[in-house]
Amino acid sequence: MRKLLFKSLFQRPLTEAPPAENERMLSELTRTLDRAARRRLGRSLSIRAVDAGSCNGCELEIHALNNVFYDLERFGLRFVASPRHADVLLVTGPVTHNMREALGRTYQATPDPKWVVAVGDCALDGGLFAGGYACLGGVSKVVPVDLHIRGCPPSPTALLQGLIALVEKISR
Amino acid sequence: MPFISALTKRGRLIESHRPWPRVTVDAEIWRMAIAGVAAGEATLLGLWSDGETVHMGLMGGAEILVISLPAPERRFPSLGLAHPPALRLERAIRDLYGLEPEGSPDARPWLDHGRWDVAQPLGARRSVPPDRVAYDFLKAEGAELHQIPVGPVHAGIIEPGHFRFTANGETIVRLEERLGYVHKGIEGLMRNAPLERAAKLAARVSGDSTVAYGIAFAQAVEAARALKVPQRAVLLRALMAEFERLANHFGDIGAICNDASFSLMYAHCGALRESVLRAAETCFGHRLMMDCVVPGGTTADLADKGVGTVRELIDRVHKTFPEFVELYDNTASLQDRTVTTGILKPELARLYGAGGYIGRASGRSFDARRTPGYAPYGELDFDVPLREEGDVDARVWIRIREIEQSLGLIEQIIEKLPQGPVRIEALDAGPLKEAREGLALVEGFRGDILAWVRMGSDRTIACAHLRDPSWFQWPLLEAAIEGNIVADFPLCNKSFNCSYAGHDL
Repeated sequence: MRKLLFKSLFQRPLTEAPPAENERMLSELTRTLDRAARRRLGRSLSIRAVDAGSCNGCELEIHALNNVFYDLERFGLRFVASPRHADVLLVTGPVTHNMREALGRTYQATPDPKWVVAVGDCALDGGLFAGGYACLGGVSKVVPVDLHIRGCPPSPTALLQGLIALVEKISR
Repeated sequence: MPFISALTKRGRLIESHRPWPRVTVDAEIWRMAIAGVAAGEATLLGLWSDGETVHMGLMGGAEILVISLPAPERRFPSLGLAHPPALRLERAIRDLYGLEPEGSPDARPWLDHGRWDVAQPLGARRSVPPDRVAYDFLKAEGAELHQIPVGPVHAGIIEPGHFRFTANGETIVRLEERLGYVHKGIEGLMRNAPLERAAKLAARVSGDSTVAYGIAFAQAVEAARALKVPQRAVLLRALMAEFERLANHFGDIGAICNDASFSLMYAHCGALRESVLRAAETCFGHRLMMDCVVPGGTTADLADKGVGTVRELIDRVHKTFPEFVELYDNTASLQDRTVTTGILKPELARLYGAGGYIGRASGRSFDARRTPGYAPYGELDFDVPLREEGDVDARVWIRIREIEQSLGLIEQIIEKLPQGPVRIEALDAGPLKEAREGLALVEGFRGDILAWVRMGSDRTIACAHLRDPSWFQWPLLEAAIEGNIVADFPLCNKSFNCSYAGHDL
């Protein structure tokens, strides 16, 4: 282990420059905050991921945000284990009927102010899974959505752009 | 006479089923099959329904057979009664199609949580008010026992499912899983779907295995329609499948170590996983290679530049990975967590026909790339690693060894890759003479995926069934965790890494 740690002292970091701002995502965000709330949040947001029926593809790419290439925490964004600690819910999947209550309860358990980011094409309108007996067809059917990040699944770069847009909007 | 051939002879052969036989049987032969499976003469590959008939997929030696029992009275003799691995599959059939497994010891619903506005959505479609349905968890009785409910929303970035622990202090005496939260009704959506849409659905059954599902579905369709895929496409599919295996195994090894709070491995393995995904994007245009495999071939071709990318990736892994293996092997505090934790007994792995690293870490050497085998693996050289210990450590080592094998496979594939087309043109020309059926068994990173399709004469998918390896692995997690401490559950769970989406469909 010492050898590896020693080596990494001399290695250049793998972490990459942040992606360019995405205008479309910035403009989709309409909700802003009053000054008091802004001061309290600073530029830091805690995120809770909720899988509401995804195929696991989106989760894999959300996971990738934590790897050394994207290093999400340098933007003041971090994943937390409980909705009670969260400012942002990152929701994936077409929302299955079997997950509806769990999603609603998670939203209720998240303290205000809070934002909901719907991740992936099926979180938008159910995508390929729309129309069956088992899915509601989109996150906005259950909880209000502030931002959609499209893609099947969205790349970590697209996810980063969306989340950075959210931080920018809140701190402006 | 071997069990499978004896069964084949006693049923009525369905001519349109490829490449392995399917026979229609009566209740007496069905019961004979139940007895045989329970006695260990064949491994259960799957149990599914098309709404009218119940199908049982069996494997004995290298022989595969599907036996089908028509159920005009909406009932069939339960296999789960004699062979527990079939229990959840039967409950799913009852929930979706309303076919009753007669004699089943478990009358509880499985996928139906009482939240749909129809009962038996693929059968009678009775309208019901969506209502809360209490679920009877199995009992654990004794002094000083307490329950810990976990999920469906978990603390990490993972899929939803409910775990009900009964513990005595820190020691788990019973774990019961409740799954079905991400049931999207894929079998229903597949019905009468055009081929292209059905292939996209198949690629999204379980996102981490999108290539393996793509190949399984494509092979089943190609078997049904007797299509021969160009050799270049066959090799490219294998290249993608091995990429997928590499990416998932790197991710898993890192995550298992992370669950033992050893984040150094997590960081390095995460970087390796990312470099595989980036290579996949450069080579095939999508990080997870979703929709790259379709019936008839592949949608992406490997450019000359891509060959260089593959070689660079292989070099990088060869240079760095052995150091991490050494790190894993020589860190006593990490070994202390993984060795002898979450032991799965070989008898159970055999009984459940557990595939992938779970089976192979518990002495079951099955690998669908070998048996029954499919192109191009017959002409490629690789070993199937095997361990007997069945603990978390053994499941890590199987993954490490499989990464080494995958690297070798990728090198061979790049050497052998011929020029030529990657897709059959004119797949949709002309009507089919009759409805045809196809079956495929494909090795994903997690284990063997069974795909069965029935084509309609208008080239749509009449119905399809995709059986995730997790169906036979989830129940084993309940067994492996018994007697371990609650704090070791994440470690055990990650070392199994069963799919929620693939299981819930």
